[in-house]
Amino acid sequence: MIPEIGHFALILALSLAVCQGVLPLVGAHRDDKALMSVARSTSFGQLFFVMISFGCLIWVFINDDFSVLYVASNSQLSLPTPYKISAVWSAHEGSLLMWILILAIWTAAVAKFNPGIPQKLISRVIGVLGLLSVGFLLFILLTSNPFERLIPAALDGADLNPLLQDPGLVIHPPILYIGYVGFSVAFAFAIAAMISGELDQNWARWTRPWTTLAWLFLTIGIALGSWWAYYELGWGGWWFWDPVENASFMPWLIGTALIHSLAVTERRGLFKSWTLLLAITAFSLSLLGTFLVRSGIIVSVHAFATDPTRGFFILAFLAIVVIGALLLYAWRAPALDSNVGFSPLSRETFLLLNNVLLVIATTLVLFGTLAPLIVEILNGGKISIGAPWFEIAFLIPMIPLVLLLGLGMHTAWRKQSSGPWIRLLRLPAIAAVVIGVALPLMFYERVNLLLIIGCGSAAWIVISSLIQPVRSWSQKKGTAGITRSALGMSIAHLGMGLFVIGVTITSAFGIESDRAMRIGESLEVAGLQFEFRELREVQGPNYKAIEGVLEIRDGGEFIGIVRPQKRQYLVQKNWMTEAGIHPTWNKDLFVALGDEIGDDTWSVRIQYKPMIRFIWIGAFIMAVGGLVTLTDRRYRKVVI
Amino acid sequence: MKPRHQRMLAVGLAIAGITIAAGLTLKAFDENMMFFIDISDVVAGNYPQERNFRIGGLVVENSIEREEGSLDMRFRVTDMQCELNVTYNGVLPDLFREGQGVVAHGAIVAGEVFVADKILAKHDENYMAPEVAASLAKHADEKLTPLQKDGVECNSG
Repeated sequence: MIPEIGHFALILALSLAVCQGVLPLVGAHRDDKALMSVARSTSFGQLFFVMISFGCLIWVFINDDFSVLYVASNSQLSLPTPYKISAVWSAHEGSLLMWILILAIWTAAVAKFNPGIPQKLISRVIGVLGLLSVGFLLFILLTSNPFERLIPAALDGADLNPLLQDPGLVIHPPILYIGYVGFSVAFAFAIAAMISGELDQNWARWTRPWTTLAWLFLTIGIALGSWWAYYELGWGGWWFWDPVENASFMPWLIGTALIHSLAVTERRGLFKSWTLLLAITAFSLSLLGTFLVRSGIIVSVHAFATDPTRGFFILAFLAIVVIGALLLYAWRAPALDSNVGFSPLSRETFLLLNNVLLVIATTLVLFGTLAPLIVEILNGGKISIGAPWFEIAFLIPMIPLVLLLGLGMHTAWRKQSSGPWIRLLRLPAIAAVVIGVALPLMFYERVNLLLIIGCGSAAWIVISSLIQPVRSWSQKKGTAGITRSALGMSIAHLGMGLFVIGVTITSAFGIESDRAMRIGESLEVAGLQFEFRELREVQGPNYKAIEGVLEIRDGGEFIGIVRPQKRQYLVQKNWMTEAGIHPTWNKDLFVALGDEIGDDTWSVRIQYKPMIRFIWIGAFIMAVGGLVTLTDRRYRKVVI
Repeated sequence: MKPRHQRMLAVGLAIAGITIAAGLTLKAFDENMMFFIDISDVVAGNYPQERNFRIGGLVVENSIEREEGSLDMRFRVTDMQCELNVTYNGVLPDLFREGQGVVAHGAIVAGEVFVADKILAKHDENYMAPEVAASLAKHADEKLTPLQKDGVECNSG
């Protein structure tokens, strides 16, 4: 009964989505207030039914209803309850339902919080979101019904993939999806502006907070995914340039460009058509990401069971959205641009360069991700592109980006006179170079050109971000001396600086060592002694494990104990590596057990990862910066 | 310098920078592009010389050999037609097992053994890399016809 209610609620949601996608758009076209007012109620109604449907799916998971195929494939009786809930979005059908739920939440939020936005614009925005929702609801109802029955019912489920039985994976997908799907709001605003043919600075002011909100969730989502891959995949990398990672990273890069371009559109009324194009691209790349993940068309470590018909549906949907949006863009956008000049030394120039570099970076990632596919279509054989290519290619636009970032932050709109600008930035620039040389030498006793660039540019961003807040505080104005927008920007860029430090130091000085280790033996890695104390058996709720106990010492000083495990889950019988990690703020010590390769002898991977935490801390601080800009006073103003 | 000259200098520098960057990117692309080669083709000698490539197939039953207490190991991989010796030194992924699918990165050293520097793990026990599945399917078909391909004949079991 409950699964049928869930299924039926989805059908009702679809009919409301059709109303929401058609009536407000017609209403806005005919200037019919009654039709436009449908937008609000249908979006709330749709959210209501999607929530019922999602609730039903959670309910069948918690109650182990194995007569539902999706539950039988992804859950199991002895699975701990939190994982039964997260199993809802562990595979295709449920994650699609979550996508729809999140889209409905964004839509309802836009319908609820829109102070001062004209009814016509908001109706069009909600209408476009309704049309997107129609596409996804059709997708789920026609190809991927999560409530499909399994007759006869299974006695027990096939279990949740053990890799996904982890707290990180409980929250990573929802947060990532909130970010992904959130770009649909910027997309809808862009389409609405093009339909109406009106795009002023107010439009940018209304679009900006939604975009920033989506971006900050995407930032946290990607960071959580990276963190999960680091400790759960067991092998200590934090980014693999895997197609699925790239799929989430490309919308992030374009979203970052969009945030900066929106700033120019809001403040100066410039870059209008460019902003529209970025808004279209960011959401299209989110859809492309879904297509890449779901079609199985690209080889990926994330490729779970996949299905080509679903990929085809997404591809068709992607084609309609992208081609439709671009046609509208070609027709409408040229009329929108205004001709206001700006001097070569101005904030506009730096933001333009920021956008160009981010788009180049995205293009490179896209190229590397799709190259294997293109080569195969052209019958050039099956190739894969190694991570080292991405690292080199990505660094090329990133180095100028971080250098220009520090300059751009202190440049005035319209025209900056060079004298005071040079006087302000001279000292920070010198300090950054000195730190770039000194930091690696002092703490890691080695330096090369790449390290100077990495550490120097990180120091450059950090110092440059701190100038404005520090000045405000030193003049005893506290937060009053700086707008929330500027403060948020400084915080986000500070996060970027910390991230660059983390990446630079980890990749330059990280040590990874595969060794054979006998119980009782002690090994030295990175100047630390790892002693394999004992091996014991541990019983978990739905697994049993072999746990190694290793004591880490630095000479005589005790550092800590790590307990890496090999887990065998009782249902799927597969072995899983759980790394043992000793984290401190400036380094991680990481031990993973391999196999028993002889009498009481195991293969182990020992890793020393200096500053790796800064990667995720930096990303988190970037997101906090985004949050701070959202509290800026002008987003709450109702008057135009 | 006149503004016009300044602009020309800036454009010139930008073009030079972009050219260098594009060159570096393409060179790195060429160096990091790895082909997937069927085991039968590797055995026949049709593989990229002096560069890394990928192979994939099933780990042959009872083929894993280890040196007691050492990370050095060897095993054989089959595409159901030919078998290839692979050596590896390192910690293996969780789902590496005899009779299961595997993908390895590496190169042929001394003309006969594939020295793997990376062995790939997959997330899911039911999942097989598409190129491995395709390779196995192709050679499983050919088994029905005489075991002949590009002049090689393999006596695989």
